[in-house]
Amino acid sequence: MQRHRREITLALVIAALAVVLAAIAPGYFARENLGDLFLANMPVLVAAIGMTLVILTGNIDISVGSMFAICSVVAGVVAKMSGSVALAGLAACATGAALGGLNGSLVAYLRMPSIVVTLATMVALRDALRWWTEGAWVQDLPRGFQWFGLPQAAYPVVACASVIVLQSITAWIMRSVAAGRAVYATGSNEDAARLAGFNTARVKLAVFVVAGAFTGIAALLNSVRFNQIPSNAGIGLEMKVIAAAIVGGAAIRGGEGSFTGTLLGVVLLGAIGPALTFLGVSAYWERALQGAIILAAVGIDAVRERRSLHAAIPAAGRSTPLRAGPA
Amino acid sequence: MRCGMRNAVFAFSFSCFPFTFSLPVTLLLDARNISKSFAGLRALNRVSFDLHAGEVHALVGENGAGKSTFIKIVTGAETPDAGTIAVAGREVPHLDPHISRDLGIAAIYQQPSLFPHLTVAENIAMSLERGTLWRRIDREARRRRASELLERIGASVDPDARVAALTMPEQQVVEIAKALGADARIVIMDEPTASLSEREVERLFGVIARLREHGVGVIYISHRLEEIAAIADRITVLRDGETIATRPAADVSRAELIRLMVGRELEAVFPKRDVAPGEIALEVKALTNRRTGVHDVSFSVRRGEILGIAGLVGSGRTQLAETIFGLTPADAGEIIVKGTAVRIESPSQAIALGIGYVPEDRRQHGIVLEMSIAANASAASLAAVSRGGLIDRAAEDTMAGRYAERFRIKAPSVAVEVGSLSGGNQQKVALARWLSTSPAVLILDEPTQGVDVGSKAEIHALMQELAADGMAIVMISSELPEILGMSDRIAVMHAGTIRRVFARGEADAAKILAVALGHES
Repeated sequence: MQRHRREITLALVIAALAVVLAAIAPGYFARENLGDLFLANMPVLVAAIGMTLVILTGNIDISVGSMFAICSVVAGVVAKMSGSVALAGLAACATGAALGGLNGSLVAYLRMPSIVVTLATMVALRDALRWWTEGAWVQDLPRGFQWFGLPQAAYPVVACASVIVLQSITAWIMRSVAAGRAVYATGSNEDAARLAGFNTARVKLAVFVVAGAFTGIAALLNSVRFNQIPSNAGIGLEMKVIAAAIVGGAAIRGGEGSFTGTLLGVVLLGAIGPALTFLGVSAYWERALQGAIILAAVGIDAVRERRSLHAAIPAAGRSTPLRAGPA
Repeated sequence: MRCGMRNAVFAFSFSCFPFTFSLPVTLLLDARNISKSFAGLRALNRVSFDLHAGEVHALVGENGAGKSTFIKIVTGAETPDAGTIAVAGREVPHLDPHISRDLGIAAIYQQPSLFPHLTVAENIAMSLERGTLWRRIDREARRRRASELLERIGASVDPDARVAALTMPEQQVVEIAKALGADARIVIMDEPTASLSEREVERLFGVIARLREHGVGVIYISHRLEEIAAIADRITVLRDGETIATRPAADVSRAELIRLMVGRELEAVFPKRDVAPGEIALEVKALTNRRTGVHDVSFSVRRGEILGIAGLVGSGRTQLAETIFGLTPADAGEIIVKGTAVRIESPSQAIALGIGYVPEDRRQHGIVLEMSIAANASAASLAAVSRGGLIDRAAEDTMAGRYAERFRIKAPSVAVEVGSLSGGNQQKVALARWLSTSPAVLILDEPTQGVDVGSKAEIHALMQELAADGMAIVMISSELPEILGMSDRIAVMHAGTIRRVFARGEADAAKILAVALGHES
């Protein structure tokens, strides 16, 4: 119960929102609206799963938006050249993994702070893409590209199924496979993780690579919704994705976070904007409200942490560690 | 019925230590002539230490005698400069943390190295399980194993609890369970009882007795000599990085042990001047800070006086200084500055009241390495060198130049970065910062730690000068010669409070150590 407090709180908030909407603006639950919401937020969720992995190790990747744009364009270009959606997907994935690998190796092996590394790659990748495409969108995509060549009604089902599979596999690995524990351990206490025999540098590299690949998948899922691919896709995506993970309970210093939490975070933050419109509140409040939700989530953590810290320090006789070296 | 259950548990624990029955080796660890230097400072000089199966071998010594360094070498965290280490009769040419663990060496530190976000069961499993990264985790088995290990120590810790929610002793218990589970043959316990209650200590001793029955060797480091008398078979005394003696515990009295630990002459000459102390500059009464464990501290210090505060690492000396300086405000007791009772809630209040504090770790808290000497020196007294809210660089440089000259800071100019100076000169800059506020009371925490001999003498001379000018100085130091040589009076701390205050002539190293160890008061 206590372990899943964040998930339960989020579920309750979402349920409350649903009740309010059902009472005041039942139009929100029209199939069309829900379908749109769903399609728009699915890519965010996939990228957020990857981001949660990165945050669990105590790092962050703010270059997802730029990676997302590159992967989208790569998917489109490969689809045009080969005519194969599968190949396009593979290329998007591989591009994401490679870019994630670049970020990851700078963080893991050169020990550069991830926020600096990914800030640099965010800017550099975005401008590299601009130089490459000269701002042009990818058009004249092959017929089989949009909706994966499926009937428009069938696509959401297929996409939804694959996202569920992706989410479940990740959550399962993180919970029940040693490699998942290695990620939590690295984020929780890196020195202890190294002593326990984990190669923490490799763990960090791996989460960046996986997060990159997930960004590639997200880019593909987003691109097939349209018949052309903008070269400026994914602007501001990093904020959505990071916010969802944090609202979902991921601790920015690492070691803590769950995938169900991230899922609920995406749902809440994604649902709140259109809900405002339906409730007759100006859409300008959307961002302010999202910000308030993030602050509330982090605030609860801060208060809780302070309390447990006080509980953990015994009243007297506490020792400081022996001094290192020849003191 | 009950008895039968007990036996079952014992049978299990026997099967857990297969090595000791299959290997005919009784000499578990044989470290010979280990030497290690850090940045030119000799931490260990030809130290030898051995450990037999089923033995508890205590390692004792003052702060900085080299115990921690030795442990780091045995656990593979540091590589020795010279010497050999043999484990179970086989020489180990190279030791790193992995090899050390695979050889059955486990260390339990004062500060547990656990994963705060994970559960107890996961923490225990994490370092015990072997296998590929892609193996499935059997969470039920992890929980069972954790319960079993915890039960063997007699600990009542919930295997499903998150470690962050545990108290310090509970975390320590988890560490011990980890070592037990690893089938360690050599268990190193570094001050294991520092944060345990008496009942928990008894339990721990029960565990140690059981380890010993199973042929495990225990290296036991503690400042609590009565514990050592109770648990150790042999005792090795380290002093200044050298092995002074290895004796059977039964053959050595407590007094002799203390003498062996101290056993040195005052090697430095301290320039003590006779100063008639003035009125009381700072007095504290029953000062208590529950969060840091400092309690019921009372002392006073007069103008022109140097009060030395001695005590072991962890006795609360730094915490006391931080309480007085307002970093961790007191929750009970009185602070009286120049005759007026005051409350100090923040360092800025302390500074306004004329209290200065040069912290122990000057690199972390005292000075900014990237800034110039002038900027560092003026950081606590910007108002004095500012005009209309703007810093007057010329005034700043003049002031810094004055201190640089007075302190004999060796630097081409006051514009150079502090990071480029030697440790001694850095410390002088840290002092200069406080002197520029002309404090009435100056608290110095380990003022000469990591400082070369020449600068050390200069800092000592400077302290005497300041006292002669009427400043009250509180000097925290782990170095007994410094304490004895510099102080007008010596307050000795143990377990968070001042146990005794010695007058200058009254104290010697053995007396101070005895109080610091909690044997006399």
